Amino acid sequence: MASGNQAGASIWHATLLSLLMLLVLVGIWHIATLPKAQVQGANDEYAQLMGKGARKSEGFPTPAQLGEAIVRNVSDPFYDRGPNDKGIGIQLAHSLGRVGLGYLLAILLAVPLGFLIGMSPLIYRALDPFIQVLKPISPLAWMPIALYTIKDSSISGIFVIFICSVWPMLINTAYGVAAVRRDWLNVARTLEVRPLRKAFQVILPAAAPTILTGMRISMGIAWLVIVAAEMLVGGTGIGYFVWNEWNNLNLTNVLFAILVIGVMGMILDLLIGRLQRLVTYVD
Amino acid sequence: MSFLEVQGLKRTFPAPGGGSTTVFENIHFTIERGEFVCIIGHSGCGKTTILNVLAGLDEPSGGVVIMDGREIAGPSLDRGVVFQGHALMPWLTVMKNIAFAVKSRWPDWNKTQVQAHCQRFIDLVGLTGAEHKKPAELSGGMKQRVGIARAFAIEPKMLLLDEPFGALDALTRGTIQDELLRIVQATHQTVFMITHDVDEAILLADKILLMSNGPNAVIAEIVENTLPRKRTRHSLHHDPQYYRIRNHLVDFLVTRSKHYQGRQEGTSGQASTPPVVRPGLEDTPSGPQPADQLQPLAASH
Repeated sequence: MASGNQAGASIWHATLLSLLMLLVLVGIWHIATLPKAQVQGANDEYAQLMGKGARKSEGFPTPAQLGEAIVRNVSDPFYDRGPNDKGIGIQLAHSLGRVGLGYLLAILLAVPLGFLIGMSPLIYRALDPFIQVLKPISPLAWMPIALYTIKDSSISGIFVIFICSVWPMLINTAYGVAAVRRDWLNVARTLEVRPLRKAFQVILPAAAPTILTGMRISMGIAWLVIVAAEMLVGGTGIGYFVWNEWNNLNLTNVLFAILVIGVMGMILDLLIGRLQRLVTYVD
Repeated sequence: MSFLEVQGLKRTFPAPGGGSTTVFENIHFTIERGEFVCIIGHSGCGKTTILNVLAGLDEPSGGVVIMDGREIAGPSLDRGVVFQGHALMPWLTVMKNIAFAVKSRWPDWNKTQVQAHCQRFIDLVGLTGAEHKKPAELSGGMKQRVGIARAFAIEPKMLLLDEPFGALDALTRGTIQDELLRIVQATHQTVFMITHDVDEAILLADKILLMSNGPNAVIAEIVENTLPRKRTRHSLHHDPQYYRIRNHLVDFLVTRSKHYQGRQEGTSGQASTPPVVRPGLEDTPSGPQPADQLQPLAASH
């Protein structure tokens, strides 16, 4: 009971500390971006020469401006005013759709193939050099090849997500399957369990935590890559949104997009983490 | 013909510097139906390998094992195995661990049949109430009971136990030994068991195989347990005969197993069955060569 209270108290303390840190950071940010009256006065003439109003907000956005941007974007996330002006919800949905599809395809290939590699030392040794060479390639390096062969920017994006998600899943599945305890396999053997039943009822649950770890790493990488990929191919998505707002010189919206990318990445990781806990067993 | 016949079993492993090491060779013994046989020997003499061969999990380099008139080739539901490290699947509950085995044995049973059968064996090993616990929530002794229940539940022709109580504390071990004894006496199960524990062997076994040290280990002798079959852990040490058997076994393990060089005539195939001894009852005529039992030690020097 006492330790439970202590744990509860320390969670509260941690939350309090986090809030405090946030407050300090925002405070510093606020002070650093305060309008500098003197400098602005000296540049008034120059600014006017350049055809810009002196009072127009420039430089780095303030916390208040970001707050405004959040409210503005979140209050109407699904508007669509042509190809270069879509709501954040629509952009996010495009990114999530690409990641989801590429990721799903990666699962469909990596898990069965990983099973095969993990079960057969021969196939493992035969495929290992390919995997070792392909794994360190930046997924974006595939982009020109994808664009040339697929000729569709959106599908190329999906392909890039697929190619970056596939490796951690493949390697972890193979490792998890190869590391299934000998004892459990021997139990299955002495019980004359059929291969398919053994695969699904012994090897899969035994390797599931390792496989899910691979899936979690893959998701992290996929979410990193999608932003860069969409910056390259353009059109839609959160990455394109960032690039578009940069071209509009709207740093406030860029900051907002960065925040959204971070929060979304966290949610995705939490979801897979939840799934991972479901299949984890205490030995 | 005996229920189980082991003939000329041999196992070699490739040695690190080329060539090969023979772990054991010239292993001959038989097990009758309903007999409880223990094998004792120092680590590295290949006891577990012999058990794995009987289970069909390992292949011998030479020799055959014939069970019930058929040669053992690969694992079979006819032989239940209790593994050294319980080998329960940690993601399944007690009930489901046993059900996994039961469904393998009788694939066309329905859910209620499987459940009822599992429950019977859970009750048998005294785990009633723990059906829905995961192995991680159980003590070492309880886990091993699940392992025993799982092996018994498929109703095999023969049970193979690989040092099942080695990791348990003395008190728990005693209780489970009693339970195993009770179940085996009730079911007339044929059992082959590896143990390090001399007292455990005397309590449980009808016949104790003594293995010399490896490499090139052989079965030095077969000790017949002359204590009445109705023995219990509580009455055992009151029988003077118990000490004769115990001393004989301990003597073997402490001194004789190291120097055992007897019966090197493996090539001829003659006199392949190790001598059967009855410690304390040597005067009674029994076995092939009862007077021979102490000679190998003398002959080795």
